[in-house]
Amino acid sequence: MSETLTLRQWLLTDEPTSRRHARLASLYKGWLTLRGNTMAMFGLGILVALVLMALFAPLIAPHDPYVQNLGNRLQPLGSPGHPFGTDSLGRDILSRLIYGSRITLYIVTLVALIAPVAGLLVGTVAGYVGGWVDVILMRVTDIFLAFPRLVLALAFVAALGAGIENAVLAISLTAWPPYARMARAETLTIRASDYISAVRLQGASPVRIITRHIWPLCISSLIVRVTLDMAGIILAAAGLGFLGLGAQPPSPEWGAMISEGRRFILDHWWVATMPGLAIFTVSLAFNLLGDGLRDVLDPKEGSQ
Amino acid sequence: MALTENTRERRVRASLAPWLKGVLVALGSVSITMLGLLFVTFVIGRVMPIDPVLAIVGERASQSTYDAVYEQLGLDKPLLVQFLYYLWDVLHGDFGMSLLNARPVSEDIARVFPATLELATLGTLIGVLLGVPLGVIAAVRRGSWIDQIARVVALVGYSMPIFWLGLMGLLVFYGVLGWVGGPGRLDIFYQDIVPSRTGMILIDSAIAGDWGVFRNAFSHIILPATLLGYYSLAYISRMTRSFMLEQMSAEYVTTARVKGMSERQVIWGHAFRNIRVQLITVIALSYANLLEGSVLTEIIFSWPGIGSYITTALLSADMNAVLGGTVVVGLIFICLNLFSDLLYRVFDPRSK
Amino acid sequence: MNALNRLLSTAVLGAAVVMTAPVPMAQAETPPNMLVIANRIDDITTLDPAESFEFAGSDVSRNVYMKLVNFDPTDLKAGYQPEIAESWTVSEDKRSITFTIREGLKFHSGNPVRAEDVEFSLRRAVILNKTPAFILTQFGFTAENVAETIKADGNTVTITTDKPYATSFVLNCLTATIGGIVDKEVVMANEQDGDMGNTWLKTNTAGSGAYSLVSWKPNESVTIQSNPDYYRGAPAMERVIVRHVQESASQRLLLERGDIDIARNLNPEDIAGVRSAEGVKVEEELKGRLMYVSLSQKHPELSKPQVRQAFKYLIDYEGMKNSFLSGQYTIHQNFLPQTYLGASDAAPFTYDVEKAKALLAEAGIPEGMEIEVGVREAQERIEIAQSLQNALGQVGIKMNITIGTAKQILGRYRARELDVYLGAWGPDYPDPHTNAGTFAYNPDNSDAAQATGLLAWRNSWDTGGLTEKTAAAVIENDRDIRAKMYDEIQAEFRETSPFVIMFQQIEQSAQRDNVMNFSTGQAITSASYWQVTK
Repeated sequence: MSETLTLRQWLLTDEPTSRRHARLASLYKGWLTLRGNTMAMFGLGILVALVLMALFAPLIAPHDPYVQNLGNRLQPLGSPGHPFGTDSLGRDILSRLIYGSRITLYIVTLVALIAPVAGLLVGTVAGYVGGWVDVILMRVTDIFLAFPRLVLALAFVAALGAGIENAVLAISLTAWPPYARMARAETLTIRASDYISAVRLQGASPVRIITRHIWPLCISSLIVRVTLDMAGIILAAAGLGFLGLGAQPPSPEWGAMISEGRRFILDHWWVATMPGLAIFTVSLAFNLLGDGLRDVLDPKEGSQ
Repeated sequence: MALTENTRERRVRASLAPWLKGVLVALGSVSITMLGLLFVTFVIGRVMPIDPVLAIVGERASQSTYDAVYEQLGLDKPLLVQFLYYLWDVLHGDFGMSLLNARPVSEDIARVFPATLELATLGTLIGVLLGVPLGVIAAVRRGSWIDQIARVVALVGYSMPIFWLGLMGLLVFYGVLGWVGGPGRLDIFYQDIVPSRTGMILIDSAIAGDWGVFRNAFSHIILPATLLGYYSLAYISRMTRSFMLEQMSAEYVTTARVKGMSERQVIWGHAFRNIRVQLITVIALSYANLLEGSVLTEIIFSWPGIGSYITTALLSADMNAVLGGTVVVGLIFICLNLFSDLLYRVFDPRSK
Repeated sequence: MNALNRLLSTAVLGAAVVMTAPVPMAQAETPPNMLVIANRIDDITTLDPAESFEFAGSDVSRNVYMKLVNFDPTDLKAGYQPEIAESWTVSEDKRSITFTIREGLKFHSGNPVRAEDVEFSLRRAVILNKTPAFILTQFGFTAENVAETIKADGNTVTITTDKPYATSFVLNCLTATIGGIVDKEVVMANEQDGDMGNTWLKTNTAGSGAYSLVSWKPNESVTIQSNPDYYRGAPAMERVIVRHVQESASQRLLLERGDIDIARNLNPEDIAGVRSAEGVKVEEELKGRLMYVSLSQKHPELSKPQVRQAFKYLIDYEGMKNSFLSGQYTIHQNFLPQTYLGASDAAPFTYDVEKAKALLAEAGIPEGMEIEVGVREAQERIEIAQSLQNALGQVGIKMNITIGTAKQILGRYRARELDVYLGAWGPDYPDPHTNAGTFAYNPDNSDAAQATGLLAWRNSWDTGGLTEKTAAAVIENDRDIRAKMYDEIQAEFRETSPFVIMFQQIEQSAQRDNVMNFSTGQAITSASYWQVTK
């Protein structure tokens, strides 16, 4: 007890003893603020549950998500053994939803790794180097921004062929420009600061300045933005799945499941409703968490 | 007198020159962006594994039929040459013929774009009329239950898969309750009754004074427009809230309050006045997003708009149609951006 | 719920009616002289009969254009009947047919239908050489020789083929859309850059049939109106509107509400639902479309005879027919659809995983073999593919499903790139040769031959001698002998070919119960409206 108290005190100190100490302390303070935000914690809880569900899918799922039973198709909600009913090929909808969480997490994680990093790279380079490089990079960014997003993603998937990996690439392709703009704007303010001039005078190379000094300063606003964008990414992935351009059958991708179920919407509405609710829950969780994170990391709430 | 005239003239000239320069730079960057947009679309169209010739002649065509169409489309020429030919035509206002329905693409766009315009405008109206007051109230009563509700409403809006919500809306309000019209813009009996002037049925029927058609069109548009409106509401109310919060903590607000100004005057007379420009930018952006054609909404509601037009064309390799549609959509997006940029420059004191 | 539903919709419509005094409309019923059909018409790319080749376009053509010979929708079993041709004679050498043109027929423009128009229309189709041109050019007509081979003389037209084909074969081909007779004067008046009126006819019509075109709005609707001078008498339905409605659920709601008379694309679940609705009936017609799976013979494993055979035992014919295909497909394992000359109903294959396993073991298939199937993004096909995937999984073969638009998948199929193709084939004209000539005919199996139109070629199958038998059957003029020849070809085809033919389509059209005599044309032709009454 006393030990945790000391740790707590150590973390809450006003006089950090090292840089690492300071960073940990500010992280901990942030966490305390976040913990006070019920809605954000609710979102975080859902996401933790989602990750657990994806990890332990084989243990949780009552059935094999791929096993068909044409004699037992389109069973209603709450039928014995199939709490969420069965789909057109007699597969258990609950089990498919549970396995589908893996696909959703896979897509979200990859896009969240690719798009912000690409945007960060383009934005900081453009902002720091300036001149023609800036003009060209920003023009390219504008071109991609001017594209209708879903159409660009569609075109990309149509060009490369349907599938999860290509869907990830396509969504990343449409998602990076806002990050690039944001990173550029931040870089412009940071670049002019005395601190960077001092580093430059010490003879640091531009690459070092960008990676060591500018990137870390962009990270926090980037994280907020990414968390808030997660929901959009999930919805875009589901939209591609809905149009038949995401994961290929028999993968239990949620968007594709809605698309399969829409044919029976009048008589067997739950087939399309359940995956829709799943998508909604997860993206809501990301939004709740992102909203809370913004309050913590970005004092000037909501500024873009 | 002469002196004052002179200074004023000088002042005008001084302020005009950077303004003109700004416009020129803006025009230049717009045309470069458009060119890039066209080129990217063109390349995507060419690397797509869909054979445009096959898309036209179908699966039973003989090789000689196939070859004839291949040459007719100019596909035997190098890519760059094809692009330059295309550019030349576009600069002359010719988007080519749609490969799949034998009509000029410009005619198609003139037909489908008003449908999107009508839907997006109504959606944005709903979003603005509900979203702005909601955002203002949420900011003024920060932390109150109404702020919490506004937050939940907005977050739910951000989180809902629109194609699913659309399906459910159709099921409930059309299928079960029968309160609204079904997919499409009009019931069959109401089609082709009023002459098409603007292509927007609500306006056309109002001009013609045919309120039956108007009501029917309204019953069809209200559900998709409300859905889109909800999304723009979510965005607009959030942004309004944060703009307002920034203003409310500003010094002049405190000063005004100290001076004994009524709360109402402080909020609407001062704080809200100051966020107008920012707000218009946000609304323009949201409007631009809806105008890009909400592909999924249009598909769910069989709405013959530009989003579903481009998508259908894309999936059937009708590249002239895709290019034409993308140019129009891109142009609108860029112009609305430019418009809000200019607005900032003209009205925002800080940017001067 | 239903009562409430009806009450509310009546209330809404009632309010609408009050507001719309000048608009002629009834609440829950279409006008008695108007037929409103919901259908998917996004496949229409042109209305020119020399070019039109898709289903919805053929429906328009069938009602707008008359042909030399045609089918009577009230008696489709009777086969082709005289239409513009009053009668015909066949020459001694069986290579020439001379048609006598019926007197007193008129185009919609008021021009008389002359032998010259017939000559022009057929020559035009050959010269333009659009997609369906092969239906005519297979008789040896070319742009160079049409002046000799298709000739008008007075009120007769003579066509001369390069071989003594069965007369029924030639006449059956003339009932296809490409046989539609256009108004030469009107068409040539609208010619641009020597296109023989092709550009104009894509979006306009110049026929003599029961209806003329009012408007075609792509992906929205086709409207046609009756021709009061139609030679069989003015049709009862004065206006027919075919509206594009993509979703089955929407079509069903429209039909149940009485907003449309006929819904043509209801899925099995909605058919089941609509049967219990008041005032709606469901009519079934056997169509010509076959659903099949084919195996590329370039693939080292799939080309083994035992593997070909094993696939035929890996289709859950009964299971699929009774579940998601219920009512819309019937089991059929031969390349000639039921109702065609020479059709066979032999169906020796059943779902038998053990038998398939034994066959695969005999062939020595490597454990964990992976193959790719290409499927068009149509739900029923995706489900068939998943069912097959499931069955293959049980015998240790992993099949990856690649879904694409029709055009994407087709492109790869024609380029011989797919291991397995799952798709549909519909006959082009109502003669057995239309399918025999593509499933069982492949004179040159080399890549260089580029015979992309032949299914046997696309699957790199040399047909093992069926090519010659097919060529012989098409010039046999004795009907019974010809039927027997096809029966034999199919018996061999069933056992040896890399094609697993699974199902034949049944079209279920749901109609308001006052609609009489509507026909979608069964397996041999397209929908026609002139005989419909309400």
